[in-house]
Amino acid sequence: MDKMPRWADVFLIPLISLLLAAGLSALVILAIGENPWAALKMMVSGALGSTYGWGYTLYYTTNFIFTGLAVSVAYHARMFNIGGEGQAMLGGLGVALACLYLPLPHWLIALPVAAAAAAIFGAAWALIPGYLQAKRGSHIVITTIMFNFIAAALLNYILVNLLRPQGSMDPATAKFPEATHLPTLHDLLAPLGIAFSKAAPANVTFLVGLLACFVVWLLLWRTKLGYEIRAFGHSEPAAVYAGINPVRITVIAMLISGGLAGLMAINNVMGEAERLVMNAVEGAGFIGIAVALMGRNHPAGVLIAALLFGFLYQGGAELALWTSIPRELIVVIQALVILFTGALDDMVRMPVERLFTRRKGEA
Amino acid sequence: MTLMHKFFGAAAALALTAGAAAAEPALIFDLGGKFDKSFNEAAFAGAQKWAEETGESFREIELQSEAQREQALRRFAESGANPVVMAGFAFGSALEEVAADYPDTKFVIIDMVTPGDNVRSVVFNEHEGSYLVGMMAAQKSASGVVGFVGGMDIPLIRKFACGYVQGVKAVNPDATVIQNMTGTTPAAWGDPVKGGELTKAQIAQGADVVYHAAGGTGVGVLQAAADAGIYGIGVDSNQNYMFPGHVLTSMLKRVDNAVYEAFKDGPELATGFQVMGIANGGIGYAMDEFNADLVTDEMKASVDEAAAKIASGELLVHDYMADSACPVE
Repeated sequence: MDKMPRWADVFLIPLISLLLAAGLSALVILAIGENPWAALKMMVSGALGSTYGWGYTLYYTTNFIFTGLAVSVAYHARMFNIGGEGQAMLGGLGVALACLYLPLPHWLIALPVAAAAAAIFGAAWALIPGYLQAKRGSHIVITTIMFNFIAAALLNYILVNLLRPQGSMDPATAKFPEATHLPTLHDLLAPLGIAFSKAAPANVTFLVGLLACFVVWLLLWRTKLGYEIRAFGHSEPAAVYAGINPVRITVIAMLISGGLAGLMAINNVMGEAERLVMNAVEGAGFIGIAVALMGRNHPAGVLIAALLFGFLYQGGAELALWTSIPRELIVVIQALVILFTGALDDMVRMPVERLFTRRKGEA
Repeated sequence: MTLMHKFFGAAAALALTAGAAAAEPALIFDLGGKFDKSFNEAAFAGAQKWAEETGESFREIELQSEAQREQALRRFAESGANPVVMAGFAFGSALEEVAADYPDTKFVIIDMVTPGDNVRSVVFNEHEGSYLVGMMAAQKSASGVVGFVGGMDIPLIRKFACGYVQGVKAVNPDATVIQNMTGTTPAAWGDPVKGGELTKAQIAQGADVVYHAAGGTGVGVLQAAADAGIYGIGVDSNQNYMFPGHVLTSMLKRVDNAVYEAFKDGPELATGFQVMGIANGGIGYAMDEFNADLVTDEMKASVDEAAAKIASGELLVHDYMADSACPVE
């Protein structure tokens, strides 16, 4: 059977899915008596209309790049890592411990150290589910989900009982020292003569995120390990026949995946809040699943999908602030996008595929 | 013009004015939710009162998670909202961060003292009001056992508990006060089921009056008290109406007044530290048609006498937050 052209697979199908989701969202907005066109305009102007909006959009994008890459890497080994949320939470703990207790004189030193701590903590959190999958066959979906809850409870305990400064009522760590504060895009772009909003939280981590995209691409398609991961994902018996150790690949893929999810913490914990608060991840771990699905598990696709979800997040926050559209319905809209681009992918794919193959047949 | 058209018009107008709006005041609710029938709702009532009196509008947002605090603050400040009022101690560190970046915007924080030239910090003497309702609880209790259900276990809520115990013991030194906290995280402000369970446990231990300082969780406390046929005591807002005949009284913390005054003062409001207590009407207890039959003249007279003494400074109720300790258990 002829395959449909690659551009249709990569661009046309997500686009149709998006339009379907947008159409349905418009109906939802209409049903509660708001104007969908005005809402869309507000989302666009709020997320992309100012450097302030861009600052927040790119901030969310950075979060989603990391969690999206995390899901992708595991997916290439045919594992569904739903634990990005918990791994990113633990990454936040790693960042907080590094920033609070290690003497870090400058952000150029603090960034790699904190990043390493974040990745190690995130990877460690993924290690146990990975090991259980590899050795015991405990399904990774179940274990990673359960580990999200354990992570939340653990962080809860640590923030309330151990890391909360004396006399503070809010369960959060103390503020990180000045030297560990990451430069924001405002600081980075000022020397170039570009005025960027001072208030927006987008920071140097965005560049780290771009770098991570490239490194993951390099890893998956240009290294032996990446080849093994993909081969294992395509067919375990064939991989074993080729001499690939399934336990090793499963554990390594999960470690990389968890490490990437953990890395997200340098953006939200170190870059934005500059202290560890509760619920710092804000669901980015789950959004990462949608980002990876929509991005076809390719780093470039993840980047674009992360940007889209960053836009949805920031635009959604603007809608919540300025209209009477309740926050819950904005979540509904985001969920519709996830549903259509992720879960209902085949609904669009099959008719489109048929269209292309039939055309080929006629020609 | 149909209703639909009106909505369209309003949405479009909103879209046009967003970002360039005049100095509307803004109010941010904390995690218990706007309609918690207690703390946040009191703040909303104050804003509502201002809006009705002036005919002007205000902006508001309900937080969904801890991490949104700073963005909500910045967004309002960025858009020119002035003053920006936030209900809850948890905004302290986010505000400290944000306030300096917007020197022309006035911020009002309730329940927390935050430094800054453009910040007004409003704190309440909750221990004084809790003392009054504690006196009332001890007089109403037949068993000599009364209960307290707190929300999140923080010094602020222990301050409620400590004032309450002092009031109880002032009336009946032999009384037992059972104290429970719902949790250690902000989720404890919105867990009525657990609040109800704690209350049932206290009732099983003999408590026949239960006071709560737990925001939305308190709905479950009052419900459980009413179901068991004993008395609950409301907090922050007047909650007497919720279960008529079963809410003995409510400790009033006039968060509504704090918000109302901040909105009324507008962008020119005086900054600094503001203490609201019995003396200036910021704290009190609720009497209305729903609890008139529950409170005897005798009880009322003794409580009013204590209130007068507290206001004049003759009676000093210990403040837990002053030394993180309570003289009575």
